[in-house]
Amino acid sequence: MQCAVIAFPGSNRDRDMIAAVTKIAGKPPHVVWHKDSELPQADVIILPGGFSYGDYLRSGAIAARSPMMKEVARAAERGVSILGVCNGFQILTEAGLLPGTLMRNASLKFVCRTIELEVVNAATRFTGLYRPGQIIRNPVAHHDGNYFVDDDTLARIEGNEQVAFRYANGTNPNGSRHDIAGVLNARKNVLGMMPHPEDLIEPAHGGTDGRPLFEALLETVAA
Amino acid sequence: MKAQIKVTLKKGVLDPQGQAIEGALKSLGFEGVDSVRQGKVFDIELGETDPMQARNMLNQMCQKLLANTVIEDYTVALSE
Repeated sequence: MQCAVIAFPGSNRDRDMIAAVTKIAGKPPHVVWHKDSELPQADVIILPGGFSYGDYLRSGAIAARSPMMKEVARAAERGVSILGVCNGFQILTEAGLLPGTLMRNASLKFVCRTIELEVVNAATRFTGLYRPGQIIRNPVAHHDGNYFVDDDTLARIEGNEQVAFRYANGTNPNGSRHDIAGVLNARKNVLGMMPHPEDLIEPAHGGTDGRPLFEALLETVAA
Repeated sequence: MKAQIKVTLKKGVLDPQGQAIEGALKSLGFEGVDSVRQGKVFDIELGETDPMQARNMLNQMCQKLLANTVIEDYTVALSE
């Protein structure tokens, strides 16, 4: 199992992600700079959080057009697992690898706090170690996390079980439609989510609710 | 040629920034403001001299980068 973490100018959660992967997989991931000409062979590709290109134009918009993202799109077509967290989620929607888009929070405020998540679809390679309907805690830290899709697409992704996580118990921090916090592509090998599971993987973080996601994805624990 | 591209939020898409600006205009005492929607303007200078070709290229720019067509509409205006 080899993992690659892709860093863009302005990524700032890449170190957290590398630390989480290293700890759980038992070996460090390839760290790929967005200008590198090729993507190393990887079974899992992770786009970390941050403010790529200073959120110029729209969050994730410039990074999504980088040459490296063409490689990521090809890997997605081959069925490689791709996880985008926070800015990584924004990049995946801008690249057209996930439906919808992430708009400015309805409150217009940057939100940085722990929220509750319902595991809506626990039958994926990302969520298989959670129980369906399980409520977990996760930190969020974003300004543009307000998930928007048109009515038809919303009905389609709900019907096709592409909603992986929902904000639970009234903790929707950003105005996302249907409280959507994490969404999958139709084939369910690409997941984007605003909350940061990489920041809740050991007791010193105040909890380990994010750990099962990485254990499932990196196949370090049998599902 | 010179072009001006305007990118605006589609009808029905919530615009919290526009609403905040509307509130600020009201608090400054501007009355009768029914609605404010915020958008973006791009001024682009092109070497292309054929208006058809230019318009075609500008439309592609909008679709590939300048607008997110999930939530935004765009208009293209050309001048000499």
